[in-house]
Amino acid sequence: MTRRVAVTGIGVVAPGGAGTAAFWDLLSQGRTATRGITLFDPVGLRSRIAAECDFDPYAHGLPPELSEHNDRYVQFAAVAAGEAVRDSGLDTAAENPWRVGVSLGSAVGGTTRLEHDYVLVSEGGRRWDVDHRAADPKLHLAFAPSTLAAVVAERFGARGPVQTVSTGCTSGLDAVGYAFHTIEEGRADVVIAGASDSPISPITMACFDAIKATSPDNDDPEHASKPFDDRRNGFVMGEGAAVLVLEEYEHARARDAHIYCEISGYATYGNAYHMTGLTGEGLEMARAIDTALDQARLDPTAIDYVNAHGSGTRQNDRHETAAVKRSLGHHAYDTPMSSIKSMVGHSLGAIGAIEVAACVLALKHQVVPPTANYEIPDPECDLDYVPRTARPRKLRNVLSVGSGFGGFQSAVLLTGPGGRTP
Amino acid sequence: MSTQRPRRAVVTGIGVIAPNGLRTDAYWKSVREGLGVLGRITREGCEHLPLKVAGQVEGFDASALIDERFLVQTDRFTHYAMAAAALALDDAGLAHEGGVEDPFSVGVVTAAGSGGGEFGQRELQKLWGQGSKFVGPYQSIAWFYAASTGQISIRHGFKGPCGVVASDEAGGLDALAHAARAVRRGTGAMVAGAAEAPLAPYSMVCQLGYPELSTVDDPDRAYRPFTAKACGFVPAEGGAMLLVEDEARALDRGATVRATVAGHGATFTGASRWKESREGLAQAVRVALDEAGCAPEEIDVVFPDALGVPEADRAEALALADVLGAHATRVPVTAPKTGYGRAYCGASVLDTAAAVLAMEHGLVPPTPHVYDIDCDLDVVMSRARPAELRTALVLSRGLMGSNAALVVRRGGGLAR
Repeated sequence: MTRRVAVTGIGVVAPGGAGTAAFWDLLSQGRTATRGITLFDPVGLRSRIAAECDFDPYAHGLPPELSEHNDRYVQFAAVAAGEAVRDSGLDTAAENPWRVGVSLGSAVGGTTRLEHDYVLVSEGGRRWDVDHRAADPKLHLAFAPSTLAAVVAERFGARGPVQTVSTGCTSGLDAVGYAFHTIEEGRADVVIAGASDSPISPITMACFDAIKATSPDNDDPEHASKPFDDRRNGFVMGEGAAVLVLEEYEHARARDAHIYCEISGYATYGNAYHMTGLTGEGLEMARAIDTALDQARLDPTAIDYVNAHGSGTRQNDRHETAAVKRSLGHHAYDTPMSSIKSMVGHSLGAIGAIEVAACVLALKHQVVPPTANYEIPDPECDLDYVPRTARPRKLRNVLSVGSGFGGFQSAVLLTGPGGRTP
Repeated sequence: MSTQRPRRAVVTGIGVIAPNGLRTDAYWKSVREGLGVLGRITREGCEHLPLKVAGQVEGFDASALIDERFLVQTDRFTHYAMAAAALALDDAGLAHEGGVEDPFSVGVVTAAGSGGGEFGQRELQKLWGQGSKFVGPYQSIAWFYAASTGQISIRHGFKGPCGVVASDEAGGLDALAHAARAVRRGTGAMVAGAAEAPLAPYSMVCQLGYPELSTVDDPDRAYRPFTAKACGFVPAEGGAMLLVEDEARALDRGATVRATVAGHGATFTGASRWKESREGLAQAVRVALDEAGCAPEEIDVVFPDALGVPEADRAEALALADVLGAHATRVPVTAPKTGYGRAYCGASVLDTAAAVLAMEHGLVPPTPHVYDIDCDLDVVMSRARPAELRTALVLSRGLMGSNAALVVRRGGGLAR
């Protein structure tokens, strides 16, 4: 018998305010959290804007070890996981620890911390033979990408399968997908799953500058992220984390947990085409959507909302529009599809999990979040992108899709109460 | 997609790029002979660092193996992974460079624990030394952990499930298990494994904080697990990629089924809490044996984690005793990596490659540099020992607290 996977807790640290409530306020009101970069002096960069989190680790009561020696992205994840576990009502101490896992995604891991210490040991980029004496003695925590999952596992006593997933910008969707498979296959009953990234640093901003992937609209940061709009000119960097508590369905029912929805399908494919380029056809993303629907035994017409990758680059939004049309056929025109990156930016590996959290909240509130800043249609992007204003709608099955560097194309399907056809 | 018989994930190809061998046959020859290749780190800019000894990959000519267009946009860790993947595909008789009939039938999964450090340091130097406009267009795709999976997928035209576990050492086994599960779920084959390149100056600075790191200068004394002289581990670069394939598909195309990925278990007991890793490792082994339907007595050889930290080595020996009982003192145990170091996520994939080769050759390779064992294990020393080997147990623990176990069986299960 197939084990079903329930979502029983949500935690979010996103631009515009920490916590799930602040996150949903932002999305449902269609506000944007993009602004001029304050985390460092961005002088000289082509793109000097980002969606930043106003985040103080001390205010969240993180222990000194986490506040001082760990990178911001680990702190985000610890706080989001704390909210998710509290929300789920799960008594982690009472669980069999071998049956509790962690699956967290991050695209760039501890690079912000690594860059910070690099500057110290290299005397500001002057030495190849860096001087180790200037480095933080715990720099290995930034170097090892598995620190992310390890810190969260430690805090919540998880001793089952603990993994950090790093598939670029699909990391968040894939981390949730791996967790879904872990429970479905019987390797754990509970998995703390999500993703985190804090990439707003000189090196990461500069490397996206170099390929002109980010928006140069420095004079109007609030309106810079314009997915699907004909004026779009790149993504706006973001940061943040979202964590869900995923739980085997009967396990959740046995403890009378509140079940938000189920994860009902997940698939990922590579386009084997280009590390950063996308085809106009969207064949591989369409295949991921089809496979996720197959797993859920759902017809494409059962999809009520598509949470888009919608990064706001020229090629992404066309690629994705083509992929959704390929999978959903005519139903694509009747299905709202929006990009929350218009509001919270693109936090690389974290955003997939933040978008899954947005889908869970959309199901909860029966409201489709909008695409902020959408004004002028692109003739090649001709679907219903839910311009500027959130829209109440009956939602049962919602889909979140993502594309990442490396050519990865992922889809996660969520099903609310009553959504599965028997 | 589902058949009456459950799909079995088997190994049909092995590709190795290691400090002790640049091809699988060269690697096996060194392993079988117990060759020690640990040596002074000679990479530019590393001479003054307090870490002196490592397992370096020598004589690797990336440009002979990989097209220029891939080389310019990738770090050394991806060069190793791409080369190992090509060797594995060649070994499996699967034509590469876009040669599979259904591109969606083959996927790629790698584990990565250090990323493209050398490439990243070069770009950081340009940024901080010269200015942001000097950062090149490939930094965004060379430094990150997913680079190897993406490039292997693109080079060979594989569109199946692509995955990356960014992990500590145990991630190598997790990647192989991930591949086996993808195959059992319906993917035809997965290119799976890990290769690392942590021997660049800044990457080395980042590793100095690991309390388990050996900083002994003498290559013959730097990495001696299970002895009273254990003083930590020696890092290495390189790794291995395997082709993990659906058995029926492999037989259909006339491939040789080398081994079966039979069971996997993964647990977490906390960074550097080695005493507790006893329980975690034991639990991982139990889960792996259970999944494999394997009795403890069926294990014919163990490739342990062999960290080289006294408390960790004791915990590992005790974990084996906890699960295997009296069999733990009788089963041959070998850690060939004492001859070439621990290549982070690559280490446990290399161990798995060695396990498959050991079963094929009926030979337990020795554990170089290890002589006076101070634990109750039958560690094979000095020279290889002939033995009928049907089932191997590979163990791995990560510096951030993961434990993993993999059960590998010789050959396949279906009649030919």
